[in-house]
Amino acid sequence: MVKKLGILFSGGKDSMYAAWLAKKEGYKISCLISIVSENEESYMFHTPSIRRVEEQAKSMGIPLIIVKTKGKKEKELIDLEKSIKLAIKDYDIEGVISGAVESVYQASRIEKICNKLKIACFNPLWQKNQLELLEDLIKNGFEVIVVGVFAYPFDEKWLGRKIDAKFINEIKKLQEKYGINVAGEGGEFESFVLNCSLFKKKLIIKDKKIKGSKNSWRMDIKLE
Amino acid sequence: MKNILLIDICNEKLGFYEFVKPIKDILIKNNFKVIIRHYTKLRKRDLEKIGKVIICGTALYDDKFIENIDKFRWLIDLDRPVLGICGGMQIVGMVFGGKLCRGTEIGYYNEKFDNDFLGLTGNQEVYHLHNNYVDFSNLDFEIFAGNKIVQSVKHKEKEIYGVLFHPEVRQKDMILNFCNLK
Repeated sequence: MVKKLGILFSGGKDSMYAAWLAKKEGYKISCLISIVSENEESYMFHTPSIRRVEEQAKSMGIPLIIVKTKGKKEKELIDLEKSIKLAIKDYDIEGVISGAVESVYQASRIEKICNKLKIACFNPLWQKNQLELLEDLIKNGFEVIVVGVFAYPFDEKWLGRKIDAKFINEIKKLQEKYGINVAGEGGEFESFVLNCSLFKKKLIIKDKKIKGSKNSWRMDIKLE
Repeated sequence: MKNILLIDICNEKLGFYEFVKPIKDILIKNNFKVIIRHYTKLRKRDLEKIGKVIICGTALYDDKFIENIDKFRWLIDLDRPVLGICGGMQIVGMVFGGKLCRGTEIGYYNEKFDNDFLGLTGNQEVYHLHNNYVDFSNLDFEIFAGNKIVQSVKHKEKEIYGVLFHPEVRQKDMILNFCNLK
């Protein structure tokens, strides 16, 4: 069995839940790997705010590797490979975990890089029922908020909302009516984890700024 | 019988979530009863109470099952329908005398099915994730798709099927068609 893993980490619910599962199954999380894309329409990555991810890493007590990319289609993959190589060199990781659920584009590119570098690749959320994923987050004590919405019928009122039973009910109704993906993996919304059992200290929002228009909004947060 | 035995061939615990659970979820959603066993813990009586068997796949890096092919000899005498997926198809091929070959395919590929294979016909976009395949050319299996790298097979006399791709991603109905075989 491989032991030390690196998490491809965006700070959102999917990569955090994947990390949590790995820990639960007895793996050691040796480092977090965040790719920060300058292109908000990145093909591969959710584009986390560096400061936010740093706060999460600090609370988990896990080293963080940040690699910046311009977010151009194939260049992103070279930067991803670079970051994984760095994690192998600095933290002896034997495998990588991603929070990929449905995206074959994303999963197969990560698989190819890991295969080339001869390390393992795990996607423990692969094909997972989206509703089940949201319910698992609540059941296992994750505190997750919405920090971005990018599709009709979402608007700025959704920003900052906590993923709880009420959220799930409302989003279920939207799914029935508009066919949106309940867990947001299709890019409908972006989430941020404020607390879970991997954290030593819960993150608290000190300040927030909202920007956007129509059905595309982001919330920048400052943490205490 | 609506009981389906899923065989987990992952050596890595995380592999279960990626290769066994998605198939379990498809079957549960369609009212099948699912029993899951790891291949190293399979008992003879597990095979007596079930209707069909699916041998699930595993991660690229996680191919320890290749060294334990003797643990799958029960396939030769089993009188129940079997579907081997990816690593599971490689196991089926090796147990029936096929040679394991090196050949990597990762991502979406188009495969052509000349004849109906559990409901699949014509061109299909399938998800691949393998570093190995089995040469089925001189075995008692009919080949349904794939040229050099054989993608789908059925035993000429038995209800034993194999697919090298992962139908749980794009061809979920194929899995249900197998489970609904009379």
